[in-house]
Amino acid sequence: MNWFRFASPASFYPLAARLTPWFGGAAAVFAAAGLYLGLIAAPTDAQQGESYRIIFVHVATAWMSMFIYLVMAFWCAMSLMFNARLAAMMAQALAPTGALFTALALITGALWGKPTWGTYWAWDARMTSELILLFLYFGYMALRQAIDEPRRADRASALLALVGAVNVPIIYFSVKWWNTLHQGASVSLTSAPTMAAVMLAGMLLMALAAWFYSIAIALTRVRAIILERERHAGWAGEVALAAKAAR
Amino acid sequence: MSIAEFFSMGGYGFYVWGSYAACALAIAAEIVLVRARLSAARRVAGGREPSQ
Amino acid sequence: MTAVEAEAQAPSPPGAWHGVAWAMRRDLRLALRSKAELGVQLLFYVMVVALVPLGVGPDPALLRALGPGVLWIAALLASLLALPRLFAMDFADGTLEQMALSPYPLPALISGKIAAHWLATGLPLVAASPLLGLQFGLGRDELTVLALGLLLGTPTLSLMGAVGAALTLGLRNGALLALLVLPLYVPVLIFGAGAVDTVRTGLGATAELSLLAAALMASLVGATLAAAAAVRMALD
Repeated sequence: MNWFRFASPASFYPLAARLTPWFGGAAAVFAAAGLYLGLIAAPTDAQQGESYRIIFVHVATAWMSMFIYLVMAFWCAMSLMFNARLAAMMAQALAPTGALFTALALITGALWGKPTWGTYWAWDARMTSELILLFLYFGYMALRQAIDEPRRADRASALLALVGAVNVPIIYFSVKWWNTLHQGASVSLTSAPTMAAVMLAGMLLMALAAWFYSIAIALTRVRAIILERERHAGWAGEVALAAKAAR
Repeated sequence: MSIAEFFSMGGYGFYVWGSYAACALAIAAEIVLVRARLSAARRVAGGREPSQ
Repeated sequence: MTAVEAEAQAPSPPGAWHGVAWAMRRDLRLALRSKAELGVQLLFYVMVVALVPLGVGPDPALLRALGPGVLWIAALLASLLALPRLFAMDFADGTLEQMALSPYPLPALISGKIAAHWLATGLPLVAASPLLGLQFGLGRDELTVLALGLLLGTPTLSLMGAVGAALTLGLRNGALLALLVLPLYVPVLIFGAGAVDTVRTGLGATAELSLLAAALMASLVGATLAAAAAVRMALD
């Protein structure tokens, strides 16, 4: 099968439409299983009591926030290398979801921090890096928004995302260094309870749920983006009307 | 755990349920907004609405 | 004459170093014509630094603790303030387009521009920092490391800032440039201010200064290329 056939927005659109429900369904199943394990099956933690249960959403959102940025950067690289509109649209579709997960990681992290270490925000390395990641997402979206011409918007934001991706490890390393410099010895703010297998399984299931959800929502958003950007092309009108008729 | 214990989460109910609620709300909002965006895009592309 | 003879007689294409020197001389000449503008930028640095004691109180111990961070953050902001002038005028009057079309490699010309930009807007900050550091009660070793750090760091800020300036060429929102560039500045800030803190505890700051030097080397290559690519995107 010639996969490059799907590189055009017109042919990718129906594929995305067909795939979305499967990913959405898988996300729902994983989420149900993960929530059951996390909220009901997993035992109470000896040190943190019930508050550790936040970890099941915190870890999933944090991992996805970073993973989505990498995937976004990948599509940005593809769009620059192959001058491919669809790759740029995919990156454009992923950014808001990535930003959302980053914000959720910060919120759940703060809500976990208060009962565990007494403070909502402690400027530890991971949370501070997560905050900077949020700025990187916002920067990408703001730059896209600010440039009217779509091709320049695609390419400039792609370059920005790649520059950001290259800098993320550097930023993380410098923030970790900064944290040890100013903290000296003490509480490791990233300590998690020692993991029972059930807890690990719960975290994994929630992470998978988040992953499949991201794919489903990105495929939906990219369809909207494709229609918005390609609306003057002939196929767009037909596909839109056909979708209405099928409902 | 009893139902009461489930809701109180050892006294940490605000933090635990706050976290899960924030995630649920955010995801629900995202789904609603993206689907609305797709419907609007379909209408515009289908010629039923003037484009912005 | 035959094609080979013509080829032998044709002038060789201008080298990259010529381009760097040409762009640097030109931009320095232009910068020196607007000395007032540069003076204002330096004054901004001095004023922001002066605002801090006004905001947090004159307690010497507090100021001493805040000093390195404040001086670095103010340098970051002053650097940010000066960035638009790197490309804006040349973009507006078409010179940038000429540069892109010229036989000189664009990255070379841009590195020359950035070098001139740093000499005009970054180096004055480095020179002013020891004096301002005295206002915060910093000692001699601390002032040395502060100045050295800024000497290594401000060119990196100019280089990374140039990428942001090129990406936002022609766009009107000044705050957007700050949003794009400040996350990239974070490592330089951390190691620059951290160097002074390390020296304060009696240890040497070689590690931090080496990292700043490494960042400078890396941006010299990476940022120049990225800025050139971004300029081309804006011109197309």
